[in-house]
Amino acid sequence: MELNELTIHELLDRLRAGETSSAEITASVFGRIDAVEKEVHAYITLMRETALAEAEAADERIRKGEMGALTGIPIALKDIFCTKGVRTTCGSRILENFVPPYDATVVTKLRAAGAVFTGKTNMDEFAMGSSTENSFFGATRNPWDRDRIPGGSSGGSAAAVAADECIAALGSDTGGSIRQPAALCGVVGLKPTYGRISRFGLVAFASSLDQIGPFTKDVEDCAILMNVLAGYDPRESTSVPEEVPDYRRFLSQGIESWKVGIPKEYFIAGIDPEVEAAVRRAIRVVEGAGAKCIEVSLPHTEYCLAVYYIVAPAEASSNLARYDGVKYGFRSGEGRDLLEMYKKTRAAGFGAEVKRRIMIGTYALSSGYYDAYYKKASQVRGLIKRDFDEAFTKCDVILTPTTPTPAFRIGEKTDDPMQMYLSDILTISTNLAGIPGISVPCGFTAAGLPVGVQFLAGHFQEGRLLQFASAYEKHAQIEKRRPTL
Amino acid sequence: MEFEPVIGLEIHAQLLTDAKIFCGCSAKFGAAPNTHTCPVCLGMPGVLPVLNRKVVEFMLRMALATNCRINPECSFARKNYFYPDLPKGYQISQYAAPPAEHGWVEVEIHGGKKRIGITRIHMEEDAGKLMHDERNPVSMVDLNRTGVPLIEIVSEPDIRSAEEAAAYLRRLHETLVYLGICDGNMEEGSFRCDANVSLRPRGTEPFGTRAELKNMNSFRNVQRALEYEIKRQQYVLEGGGEVVQETRLWDDTAGVTQSMRGKEEAHDYRYFPDPDLVPVVIDDAWIEEVRKTLPELPLEKRERFVRDYQLSAYDAGVLTTSRALADYYEEVVKLSGQPKIAANWVMGDILRFLNEDKKDIRECPIAPSSLAGMIRLIQEGAISGKMAKEVVEAMYKTGKTPQAIIEEQGLVQITDEEALAKTIAEVIGKNPVQVEQYRAGREKVFGFFVGQAMKATQGKANPQLINDLLKKMLAPDT
Amino acid sequence: MEKIKISKDEVTHVAHLARLEFGEAETEKFTAQLNGILRYMDKLNEVDTNGVEPVTHAIARKNAFREDAVNASLPPEASLANAPESRGGCFLVPKVIE
Repeated sequence: MELNELTIHELLDRLRAGETSSAEITASVFGRIDAVEKEVHAYITLMRETALAEAEAADERIRKGEMGALTGIPIALKDIFCTKGVRTTCGSRILENFVPPYDATVVTKLRAAGAVFTGKTNMDEFAMGSSTENSFFGATRNPWDRDRIPGGSSGGSAAAVAADECIAALGSDTGGSIRQPAALCGVVGLKPTYGRISRFGLVAFASSLDQIGPFTKDVEDCAILMNVLAGYDPRESTSVPEEVPDYRRFLSQGIESWKVGIPKEYFIAGIDPEVEAAVRRAIRVVEGAGAKCIEVSLPHTEYCLAVYYIVAPAEASSNLARYDGVKYGFRSGEGRDLLEMYKKTRAAGFGAEVKRRIMIGTYALSSGYYDAYYKKASQVRGLIKRDFDEAFTKCDVILTPTTPTPAFRIGEKTDDPMQMYLSDILTISTNLAGIPGISVPCGFTAAGLPVGVQFLAGHFQEGRLLQFASAYEKHAQIEKRRPTL
Repeated sequence: MEFEPVIGLEIHAQLLTDAKIFCGCSAKFGAAPNTHTCPVCLGMPGVLPVLNRKVVEFMLRMALATNCRINPECSFARKNYFYPDLPKGYQISQYAAPPAEHGWVEVEIHGGKKRIGITRIHMEEDAGKLMHDERNPVSMVDLNRTGVPLIEIVSEPDIRSAEEAAAYLRRLHETLVYLGICDGNMEEGSFRCDANVSLRPRGTEPFGTRAELKNMNSFRNVQRALEYEIKRQQYVLEGGGEVVQETRLWDDTAGVTQSMRGKEEAHDYRYFPDPDLVPVVIDDAWIEEVRKTLPELPLEKRERFVRDYQLSAYDAGVLTTSRALADYYEEVVKLSGQPKIAANWVMGDILRFLNEDKKDIRECPIAPSSLAGMIRLIQEGAISGKMAKEVVEAMYKTGKTPQAIIEEQGLVQITDEEALAKTIAEVIGKNPVQVEQYRAGREKVFGFFVGQAMKATQGKANPQLINDLLKKMLAPDT
Repeated sequence: MEKIKISKDEVTHVAHLARLEFGEAETEKFTAQLNGILRYMDKLNEVDTNGVEPVTHAIARKNAFREDAVNASLPPEASLANAPESRGGCFLVPKVIE
């Protein structure tokens, strides 16, 4: 096996044993990028030179015995995290040349832990999309089938991990943007509890829903990254000063007699039969590991999509008002006065999906419609949250499919926004309730496309979620395949 | 028909915190453009606001000083509109759930007292500054002011004249300055006022259509603008016309309010709760903690000065126009034990010197202890009132103590009885006619002798001693 | 015929509020798409939300403060580094028409 195919924990073992160096690992990753990036297009910006320098510095620290939690491990960042001195585009023309003067908190934390940054990965513009087709920099392709989408919005990060173009990656999840591409690319993706990982420096899409999380090759790596990323940040008002446990501690423990809720509303018409079959197999696996599955109900599930597509665009319409051609980013030279400058800049700087959502959000907040849309949606959101609170009085975790279908074809849904939105239907409730959710690979379709199973837990139960996911992973023994590229 | 004006005022006061409301940049006025900016107040992608605790405390001070009810929980909302001085494309303000409501202040008007209601007080961030280039079709944006904390104080429509409006405005202004939470500088914009004005037939309840007045950057302008606007609306209504609901700008040079019609679109601010900020919970313990820090307010102070120092209402008013002046005066009283004499000196010479130099009492070169020392010297008879005038002027110019000045200038009063008796004997000897007159019962002549004695001693004699000696030496049996 | 939720004129008005502009064909397309999406939102009217408090934050935290302490600002050249146009330490914009 090549170094770039290994996991974080395998590489850390080898680095500790002096069997390899970060320079070798990083070279191996960039070798892979050189070989496959043309086909996958996972990255917007590569950070090759700084990565090689960081790798050498990491090797120096390892020699001195100053090994941190991620020293020398090549990690990719979704291009939504501000990186000091490295352009941060958010997949948009409007930020095509934006170079932040500061690092996001997660970037600072990864840096402090010794990570090597490979580059900034592709994404749907401002994280709005489920296929990474809405990127100003072109679509990312699914490493398992280059005619298909990798999911989105963090499609570049998911594809980079699946194609071994990095060891792990960071993404953000507003309605499924980590879990859905993780499922479609056959990797592990975690969206933690809202407030668990600092959003400072994460370019905002929908502030009350956005959360950062890792893409990894297995559950143990996910725990390793969570140990670095989780924690209170005084720079964020919604960051929660809750103690951070050692997530690795949960991994080896079993799930004997755990109660697993199976929400009937998530096994709906429209679920691909192969996806459903794979998830049913997963249910048998966890039962085989000693867990007990029970039916639970989340009665407001059918309203999640409507709530989400009001709340998220409403917040986005306000969050994206700062892209006005004044302080940074793209400015159209055509405007003769201020009003024209604004309109031409934003009309040319944003893509169609972003404009569509700004329009929905502006409308939902506008005079005369606020109560019928934004307020109503926020009330139903309260009911959705209550559904989960009640379900978790009956079970420890909830198990559902991550996506209704495997990866769809590029271009298949680009002209039908409602169809595209429906691909998030199983993941968005998690964000509305603020609870953690993880997608873990649970098999392949006959055509060889990965399928993911989603586990959900109560607020700040990431430890239990990882415990459950690692037990599942161990018992499922999903065949280790690699995409052919 | 007789019309009655209905006026409500909206006041924005910049708070005197060290840092801005949501980031750590300095909130100080007057720095070079864009030197007090950071990713947060520049509205860069990815940044988040965290509320400066002191802003809440300052808001609470004003809320308590104006008798507001404090809501146990308040939250922030976004007010969305595009303007180059607003880097995020929204202003963080408070909308549905303000922290303080239902307050009032009392103003003195035509010798009586009137209570003006306060609808609400809330916290928000200031916007930046836009400067227009005179020669080119461009504007320049300075974001130093972006994120400087403001409180907005909205009055009830309880005000019935321009005069009342000015009295209310002065009351709020002095309260803010007394509380130490705003410097009150109207020209620099740290205290700003907008007004809503309408007229209704006297004796009727419903409000007429109102105009909003902006751009009034002094107390005088607020009063002038309101007076103009009341007359304008009266003219419109008396001519059978209708007042249009609109924003009007005060034009100081022309002395008129002018419609912004056509230049202003109907706003739709799309307020919604800011998801990046969490609710502020203000419990009783916090309220009490802030209450303890409240200084005595001007009105209370005024009443106390009248009561404790037997000052006239007018003098008490002058001496409490600022907390610093009142503190200065009280320090002089404390050290001299002479409230009335101290009031005369502070309001007389001291304020005159300061006014001439356009200086504040905090810049007064005469320390309260020096002024008190001088008052004591007068009381003790060491110097005369006339000498004191010279001494105080020298103290103001040099900042020296009265003792030092008296010594330097040889101003010591003659209190040597023997020497003085000799001089007086000479005066008596030179004026036999007047001596006869006095002894014949014309007591007025006594003043003549005092004058002559003072003249002979070049004003350095202790007047009391002169009086005593003259009385004794002019007595018929000597 | 499906119910019209938002007219072309309203789309143009909302676009103005959001400082966006669309060509004729684009406005048609957006109007149709927005109507489809807004019709879907009607689902929410099935839910009885009488007396339900709106939830606008995923986690109910309260009282997050910073102390009143001044930190270093950015050097002005860093504040202006990304500006499309700047002069004399200021961001430059086309004149605001008044």
